Amino acid sequence: MQIPLNYYLLLSGILFACGVLGFLIKRNIIAIFMSIELMLNGVNLSFVAFAAHWHALGNVHALSGQIFVFFVMVVAAAEAAVGLAIIIAVYRTRETLNVDQVNLLKL
Amino acid sequence: MTPEKLSPLLCTIPLLPLAGAAINGFFGRKSSTNAISAIALLFCGLAFFMALFIAANFSSASAPYAFPLAHWIRSGNFSVDFEFYLDQLSLVMLLVVTGVGFLIHIYSVGYMWDDDGYYRFMSYLNLFMFFMLTLVLAKNYLLMFIGWEGVGLASYLLIGFWFVKESAASAGKKAFIVNRIGDFGFLIALFLMIKHFGSLDFTTVFQTVAPMAKETSGAGLLTAIGILLMVGAAGKSAQIPLYVWLPDAMEGPTPVSALIHAATMVTAGVYMVARSHVIFEHAPMALMVVAIIGTLTALFAATIGIAQTDIKKVLAYSTISQLGYMFMACGVAAFSAGIFHLMTHAFFKGLLFLAAGSVIHGVGGEQDMRKMGGLRVYMPWTFLTMSIATFAIAGFWPLAGFFSKDEILWKAYSSEYGSWVYWLLGVTTAFITSFYMFRLWFMTFFGDYRGAEAHGQGDHHGGAHGSRAGAPAPHGHEPHESPWVMLGPLAILAVLSVVGGWVGIGGRFEHFLAPVFQSGGAELASETTQAASKTTEYLLMAVSLLAAGLGLLLSWTLYSRSPEVPARIAEGLGSLYRAVANKYYVDELYALLFVKPVVEGSTEILWHGVDQGVIDATVNNSADSARHVSDNLRRMQSGNLRSYAGWVAAGGAVVIAYMVWMGVR
Repeated sequence: MQIPLNYYLLLSGILFACGVLGFLIKRNIIAIFMSIELMLNGVNLSFVAFAAHWHALGNVHALSGQIFVFFVMVVAAAEAAVGLAIIIAVYRTRETLNVDQVNLLKL
Repeated sequence: MTPEKLSPLLCTIPLLPLAGAAINGFFGRKSSTNAISAIALLFCGLAFFMALFIAANFSSASAPYAFPLAHWIRSGNFSVDFEFYLDQLSLVMLLVVTGVGFLIHIYSVGYMWDDDGYYRFMSYLNLFMFFMLTLVLAKNYLLMFIGWEGVGLASYLLIGFWFVKESAASAGKKAFIVNRIGDFGFLIALFLMIKHFGSLDFTTVFQTVAPMAKETSGAGLLTAIGILLMVGAAGKSAQIPLYVWLPDAMEGPTPVSALIHAATMVTAGVYMVARSHVIFEHAPMALMVVAIIGTLTALFAATIGIAQTDIKKVLAYSTISQLGYMFMACGVAAFSAGIFHLMTHAFFKGLLFLAAGSVIHGVGGEQDMRKMGGLRVYMPWTFLTMSIATFAIAGFWPLAGFFSKDEILWKAYSSEYGSWVYWLLGVTTAFITSFYMFRLWFMTFFGDYRGAEAHGQGDHHGGAHGSRAGAPAPHGHEPHESPWVMLGPLAILAVLSVVGGWVGIGGRFEHFLAPVFQSGGAELASETTQAASKTTEYLLMAVSLLAAGLGLLLSWTLYSRSPEVPARIAEGLGSLYRAVANKYYVDELYALLFVKPVVEGSTEILWHGVDQGVIDATVNNSADSARHVSDNLRRMQSGNLRSYAGWVAAGGAVVIAYMVWMGVR
C-alpha cells in the first residue's frame, strides 16, 4: 500500500515550520544554521513526494522533482561550507556565537 | 568756443571726482594723509577750474549744448543715453557745485585731518561730487535719477561716517529711508512720462508738453506728473512732510552738513522742479501745491529753529526754511528767483555751517550753544565771517541774502500765481529767521564764555573729535582759532556772501536764465508790470528790511541785553514752548503713525506670521516628518538577525495569505 501524498506534505510543512521557528527563536548561530538546513530539507521532502506521486501516475516530467532536490543539496552543501567558514571567523573576532551580540558589521 | 571743443571737457568734469574717489577709496588706506589730500583736492579743483573755463567760453547765443557720451538703453522707440546738457541753468548749478564743493574740500582737510577715516571721508566727498555733477549735467530724467540716487548714497555714507556712534548710524538710515519715499514719487512720475511721452529726454519731453493745453479747469496728466515730481523733491530737499531726516543728518561731520545738507544736495529738488518748469507751468494746480508746501515749510521750520540749542540743529532748520523759500519761488513760477536764492543760499549757508564747524572745532567738540558765548574774543576771524553770513541770511542790504530773498518775496506777491498770503507768510518767516539767527549769533559770540566749567564731562557730542575714541579731550583749555586751511574757505565764502547777490541787481540774473525759463511773451509782460509797480516793490522791500531789523532788535533785547528773560518767557509759554522745543512732536507722531505700524506689522504678521508661521513651518515640518518616518523605519534595520528573519517570515506569511485569499491561478 502506498502512503498518500498528503502525509508527506504535512510532514514537509511541519519540518519547514520547525525550521522557521528555530530560525526565529534560536540565538546560537549554529542552531540557526541547522534550522536553515531543516527548512531546506522540508522543501526537499515535498519535492520528492511530488516526484513519486507523479511517477506513480505515469507523468513524463516526474523526474524533475528529483533533479531539483539534487540542486538544493548541492547549494546547501556550498552554503554550509561558506557559512561555517563565516561562523568560525565570527567566533574568532567576537568570541561569541550569540546573534543578539553580533549586530554590527564593523568591529 | 564751439560746442565740439567744449564737449570732451564737459564730459570729464563729473568723471574727475569719480577718479579721485576711486584712487582714494582703493589705495587711501595705505597712503599718507598728505597724498590723500593732494589727490582729493587735485581732482576736485581740476573739475572746478574746468567749470570756470567752460563758463568763460560759454555763450548764451549757442546754448544749450548737448554732449552725447554713450548709448545706454535702446528698446523699440524708447531710448535713454548717457548724454550731458549745458544751458544757463546747469551752468549756474555747475559753478555752485564745483565752487562751493572745492572750498569745502579744502576746509575738510583742516577739519578732518586727525580722523582715522580720513581717506574714507575724502573718497566719499569726491564720490558725492561725481553724482551731484551727474545730476545737474544730465540731459534726461533717468541719468538725473542716477545722480539723484547717488547723492543719496553719498549722503547716507557721510551722515553715518562715524558709524560706531549709534545715533549717527541710525540718522544715516533715516535719511536714506525717508528719501526712498520721495524717490517713489519721482519714479512714478518717470513711468508716467515714459508711458505718455515715450521719452525721458528733457528736450523731447518739454517739446511734447509745450503745445499741450494748460490744465486750468481740472487736474490731469501734467498735474499728476508735477505733484509726483514734487514728492520726489520734497524728499530730497527736506520739505513737509518729508523734512524729518535733515535735522538728524547733522550727526555727520560738519563739512558734510555744509556741502551736502546745506549748499548742494538738498537743493537738487529745487533744481529738478526748475528744470521741469515746462510741466509745472502747464499745471497750475501742481504749482500751487509746490508754493503751499514751500511756504508752510519755510514758516514751520523757522519756528522750530527758535527753540533749538544745538548750533547745527538751528542751522539745519534754517536750511529747511530757506529751501521752503526756494520752493515758494518755484511755486509762483518765479524759477529764476528760486535758483538765485539757491545760489546765494549755497554761499551763506555753506559759510554758516563751516563757521559753526570752526566754532565746534575751537571749543573742543561742544555743540550746545548754552555752553558757548563770548567767542568773538577767541576766534575773531570765525566771528567776522559768521557775522557776514548771519547778516546775509537775515536779509540785510547789501548782502547776498537780501537780493535773493527780496526777489522771491516780490515775486510771491506780484506773480500771476502769487498772492499776498505767500508774501505775508514769507515776511513773517524772514522776521523769525532774523530772530533765530541773531539768537545763535549772540549766544555763541557775545557775553561770557560758559563752556569752561562744563569741560570735565568729556565731549560726548563727538563732533570734530568724536572719532578719537578714548583719547583725552584735546581742547581742555581755552577756545582757540582754527587753522588757516579752514579760515581760507570761510573768507572766500564770506566775500561771496557779500557780492553774490549783486549779480541779481537790475534783474541781470533773471535775464541770464531767461532763455531757459522763458515762456512766450510772459517776459515782456512782467517787464511792464515791474515798471508800473516800482513803488510797491520798494515798499515791500522796506517791509522785509524792517522785519529783519526787528528780528535783530528782538534777539538783541532777549539774548544780549537781558539774557535771563528768555527762560522766563519759555516758562510762561509752558506747553507751547515745550512743543516747539520738541519740534512739534513730529518725529513722535511719525513714529506712532508710520514707524510703529510698520515695525509691529513686520514683527507680528510678516516675521512671526508669514516667515515663521508659513515659510519656516513648511520647511521645518516637512523635514521633521521625513525624520520621524525614517526614525521609525530605522528601527527595522537593527542589525538583529532574528528580527530580520521575523520580517521575512511576516512578509512570507502576508504573501501566502494573499495568495490563499485570492486563490492561486
